[in-house]
Amino acid sequence: MADIRLEGVAHSYDGGRTWAVKPMTWTWRGSRAYALLGPSGCGKTTLLNIISGLITPTEGRIYFDDRDVTGVPTAGRNIAQVFQFPVLYEEMSVYDNLAFPLRNRKVARQEVDRRVREVSRLLGLEGVLGRRSRRLDPGRQQIVSLGRGLVRSEVAAVLLDEPLTVVDPALKWTLRSKLKEIHRDTGHTLVYVTHDQTEALTFADEVVVLKDGAIVQAGEPAELFLSPAHEFVGHFIGSPGMNMLPAEVVDGVVRVEACEVGAAALPAGPVRIGVRPEFVRITQERVSPGVPARVAGIDRMGAYDLVHALVGEHRVTVKTEAGAPCLPDTVEFLHFPAEHAFLFRDEVRCGALAPLNGRGQA
Amino acid sequence: MSVAGGQVAGEVVTGEAPAEEEASRAPLKRRDNRAWWLVLPVVLSVAFTAVIPLMTVVNFSVQDVFSPVDRVFVGLEWFQSISRDPEVRAALVRTLLFSAQVLLLEIPLGVALAVVMPRRGAWVSVALVLVALPLLIPWNVVGTIWQIFARGDIGLGGWTINNVLGINFNYTLDPADAWITVLVMDVWHWTPLVALLAYAGLRSIPEPYFQAAQIDAASAWATFRHIQLPRLRGVLTIAILLRFMDSFMIYTEPFVVTGGGPGNATSFLSILLSKIAVGQFDVGPAAAFSLLYFLIVQVFCYVFFTVLTRSGR
Repeated sequence: MADIRLEGVAHSYDGGRTWAVKPMTWTWRGSRAYALLGPSGCGKTTLLNIISGLITPTEGRIYFDDRDVTGVPTAGRNIAQVFQFPVLYEEMSVYDNLAFPLRNRKVARQEVDRRVREVSRLLGLEGVLGRRSRRLDPGRQQIVSLGRGLVRSEVAAVLLDEPLTVVDPALKWTLRSKLKEIHRDTGHTLVYVTHDQTEALTFADEVVVLKDGAIVQAGEPAELFLSPAHEFVGHFIGSPGMNMLPAEVVDGVVRVEACEVGAAALPAGPVRIGVRPEFVRITQERVSPGVPARVAGIDRMGAYDLVHALVGEHRVTVKTEAGAPCLPDTVEFLHFPAEHAFLFRDEVRCGALAPLNGRGQA
Repeated sequence: MSVAGGQVAGEVVTGEAPAEEEASRAPLKRRDNRAWWLVLPVVLSVAFTAVIPLMTVVNFSVQDVFSPVDRVFVGLEWFQSISRDPEVRAALVRTLLFSAQVLLLEIPLGVALAVVMPRRGAWVSVALVLVALPLLIPWNVVGTIWQIFARGDIGLGGWTINNVLGINFNYTLDPADAWITVLVMDVWHWTPLVALLAYAGLRSIPEPYFQAAQIDAASAWATFRHIQLPRLRGVLTIAILLRFMDSFMIYTEPFVVTGGGPGNATSFLSILLSKIAVGQFDVGPAAAFSLLYFLIVQVFCYVFFTVLTRSGR
């Protein structure tokens, strides 16, 4: 269970004109479960392939603990990788598929058998071990691919590239908890690539959010939710995503339209107030400092309501208890609690909204 | 199939399977058969170019024709005499042996060539053009090239074998040399076809398969055996069928190079057939011969196809 250290690693597919992965220094610590989260095309798969050695990075070096593996081919790195779509040795039986990575590494026959049986028990493949793998349905095929990734006991890390895309939703949950269980039992380092926030948040000890080839934030699921460091993290995590309300800092006071909503020790200029729908409070009375907003619509979701309000042109979504007493086209007041409202400038968090404490009040 | 197609084309779609007589009776009233007119040109041209000539052959095969106006019905006599003819039987064995050797040489060679051809970069087109070159040369030109190339006196190949390697090689006198010349010529001419088909098959394998093989530490041989070869099954089925049919019917090249000789050494079925049909003008036996020949090709193709597709399941 080695630490995998990337030092200034960057990759370009077109000789340096555009970068799929921008220079990054980052350590995947041993025995942890990571989720690599980001939209399609943000460089997740490239990063994974760099770790496994399928791609040699254009720049930077990779270390497994203190061993420099930058030039080491995949087979010498002791990494397991599972791909987005089932990759099977089609004419082999399920058993032989699972045994293949071990046999290629000259593992003793009894040990191969023991490992294959263990993995197939974990993944519920015992009943199909003798079947030819191409005869299975795609979901099962992907489970076999997953099994091939987990069958080797001595791996530096298991990399999973959106492995549950083809598995049907009901099985997805089971498999994800299986994966967690396996992770607990084996202590493999897992890197799980996904663009699905639920998958990432439920699976990982630590979520790494990638955007345009750069890590924008990494942290525990709660941290990403409660304290996003980048507007993108605010949008991407949470459902619905974080509200972003344009504001202005003048003399240390944050103003939305003409209303003063809080203080900030920032140079004057435009900022955006980021606050999650869960934390916005909506009232009929003005509890200072509140921002007047017109209610545009209400989604009754059963367990909760989503109130969509307009501050000028800008939409703010508020998550309230079911049965919110708001009516469309009425004016209500929005309140942003200081501990959950952050200020962003150029998409990066630059501070938090502090209470006014009597300052600058009209 | 074409009946169902004709009806469907002319009807308002009812969603009923025409196989169910009861269920489709009502919709049948609204059908008409005008769509058949669309098939007519094909029917006519196929009849004119294939069916009628074939029937003419069938017609000749059961008659003894002395002149266009003087003919006698002989039943299956020609079939009996042709199938017992030792010369025909020898040619059949020779042709089968030739086809077997062609398949054994060209299929592995073609696959090997496809595996080593570059997968990307500027060399892809160069390799493709070089490999495809023999396929673009007309059959009789191929024959002429090899007829000259293999000659001991003025041919580069023949001269080299005789004078540099010191092996006595003369395809006009030695049956084995003649056989080898024709076989090597066919390998030279047609391995590229197998290679191109296999190359196309290999190119269609998604990259993750090769990546998975690297992750699983598979050797180059294991990668070929477990990833590339299984995925070539489809194209190799086609390659084997095409190469079998073509080599089993080979005519032009050996005709140009050896003329079937020396003696009967390279006298394949097609060469013997044309000797009977065109040389001796025995149209009755030639027609019977043709039909038997045709039947053998069909049977072999059916067997190959069935075996190759079954083994994949």
